[in-house]
Amino acid sequence: MTAPGTTVADAVPGAGAGTPLLEVRDLRVTFSSRGRRPVKAVDGVSLDVAAGSTVGIVGESGSGKSVTSLAALGLLGKRGVSISGSVRFDGEDLLGMPEAELRALRGREIAMVFQDPMSSLNPVLSVGRQITEILERHRGLKGQDARDRAAELLVSVGIGDAVRRLKSYPHQLSGGMRQRVMIAMALACEPRLLIADEPTTALDVTISAQILELLRELVVGSQTALVLITHDLGVVAGLCDQVHVMYSGRIVESAPRRPLFADPQHPYTTGLLASVPRLDQARGVPLLPIPGSPSDTLPWAEGCAFAPRCSRQVPECLGAPPALLPARGAAGGPHLVRCVNPVQDGS
Amino acid sequence: MLRFAARRVLLLVPILIGLSILVFLFVRALPGGPETALLGENATPERVAQVRELYGLDRPVYEQYVSYVQSVLSLDFGTSITTRQPVVEEIARRFPGTVELTVTAMIIAVAVGIPLGFVAARRYGSWVDNLSTAGSLLGIAIPVFALGYLLKYFFAIKLGWFPTQGREGSLMFRNEHPTGFYVLDGIVTGNPEAAVDALRHLILPALALATIPLAFITRITRASVLEVTGEDYVRTAEAKGMTRSVITRRHILRNAMLPIVTVVGLQTGLLLSGAVLTETVFAFDGIGRFLAQAVFARDFPVIQAGILFLAVIFVLVNLLVDLSYGLLDPRVRTR
Repeated sequence: MTAPGTTVADAVPGAGAGTPLLEVRDLRVTFSSRGRRPVKAVDGVSLDVAAGSTVGIVGESGSGKSVTSLAALGLLGKRGVSISGSVRFDGEDLLGMPEAELRALRGREIAMVFQDPMSSLNPVLSVGRQITEILERHRGLKGQDARDRAAELLVSVGIGDAVRRLKSYPHQLSGGMRQRVMIAMALACEPRLLIADEPTTALDVTISAQILELLRELVVGSQTALVLITHDLGVVAGLCDQVHVMYSGRIVESAPRRPLFADPQHPYTTGLLASVPRLDQARGVPLLPIPGSPSDTLPWAEGCAFAPRCSRQVPECLGAPPALLPARGAAGGPHLVRCVNPVQDGS
Repeated sequence: MLRFAARRVLLLVPILIGLSILVFLFVRALPGGPETALLGENATPERVAQVRELYGLDRPVYEQYVSYVQSVLSLDFGTSITTRQPVVEEIARRFPGTVELTVTAMIIAVAVGIPLGFVAARRYGSWVDNLSTAGSLLGIAIPVFALGYLLKYFFAIKLGWFPTQGREGSLMFRNEHPTGFYVLDGIVTGNPEAAVDALRHLILPALALATIPLAFITRITRASVLEVTGEDYVRTAEAKGMTRSVITRRHILRNAMLPIVTVVGLQTGLLLSGAVLTETVFAFDGIGRFLAQAVFARDFPVIQAGILFLAVIFVLVNLLVDLSYGLLDPRVRTR
């Protein structure tokens, strides 16, 4: 056991051989506003994303998963935000990069798809204009060339009658169509990294399945790496090579997809799994929600943030933060867990 | 867009009919009525009956309304009781002055208010923001006539930079006025001196008149830009790596313009119809001062025509605002 106050160095989730495409080290984001206590939204996240891979970041609202990606891209604004740590993209430091260079990188090398396609498209610009402007900016395509390419992109995301659709405005399209447009926009410059932040949360179940299928077709197996941020383990199950589970600003468990679902070890991960409805479950068996809410946390400095909600709490949980260490049965492997009393098989 | 515009214009018909009924009833509901205005309080009943017959006031109300509408449609508003001139001519002579004044004031208000509100929003919480907030409050709070006299005292009387009153200098009596817009007249008649003179007469009253619209435009621009800046689609544009100036122009300002255009339109309508105080302080011969004088003189033909005229102007300005909405926002024109 570690003495209180000291920290064991965390292992880096997702690390493999060679230079990763995206390398996040000890990222911390604190929001402060006058008259309120500062909020640590991201509290020491490290992770690697290999080129062409598909990575899921899972957690409840408020776990810091979106803030991680926004901070990495410099999209959080400056007022009341302090960011430390390092984010490297293809070896280049994104956090210290001059604004103009970062702008040139965003949209071209790293693209994002956001949660709510209703509000993420500009209501007064035609869909075509919103796609051509990014082609103009990063590819130098103008006029008819840009419109032709935009129409191709719409076809590639499954929007028929593309030439006519370019003239449509966002309010004339359904939610699913709008998210397809967002994806077309994000993939317009064939970025090396696509970050999809809850891309299906605002959509109907059937539409959501179509969008995930589209992401799978266009991204998975392509040169583009995908970071999929979601609160839904079901979404991750179908798509991701590697999954990071976040709680209260830190990664608490990290594993390739199979071990994560077959042998989840952090009580929070098992809690998330138990609260997902499954078709093969007997009828009438109630879902098991995780008790409490994400606001019942402990500051990591005082122990495990999940301890107040955890059914497996032991005295060692309090005092010092648990480190992210190789999980049982995965010595040195890619399965890591941050728990002093991990879930045993079958319990 | 064409269908949207056509529908908006068609909607004017019921509005104008309603308006004519209101103005018609309003004038008839005034205490005293035209017979008292003409004859004074102590007229004999016989004389009153004579006058009522002369003006058709003894006929049923709907007949009166029909003949009223007929005369309105033929632009026959009678003659002013005080000046003995046709009301139409009196209004037509003064309205261009009010338009010039309003346009100058709104140019000042828009040219200062939108950039100021924009900077205040982008540097939200900074000294620029605080100063613009304080300034806007002051602009709304200070009475226009007080500001008018202050401006006149300092810039016209003390410093002598601008004339104190009127629409043109006393030596300009030989100027021709083909359009009635004095600045324009100076230009089209090849008399730049007259144009500059007319413009100098506009500056002080326009400044006094601009304060309230300026304050409103600054406040609404600040609020609107602040709101739009926080929208998801602005974050999307940032994520696409668009340059700062494109984000500002194409994504923030275009969306922020909608409420600003509304305020600019409403304020323009108000200035066109209500510059009474400013026009009086600067003895500026515009429509507001003319109507105010007509009210004091109980000049009924002028009051009746003036109210209808200003109401129609207000409705037309609002139509322009609606049409510009259609240009700015696809959700309005394609719904």
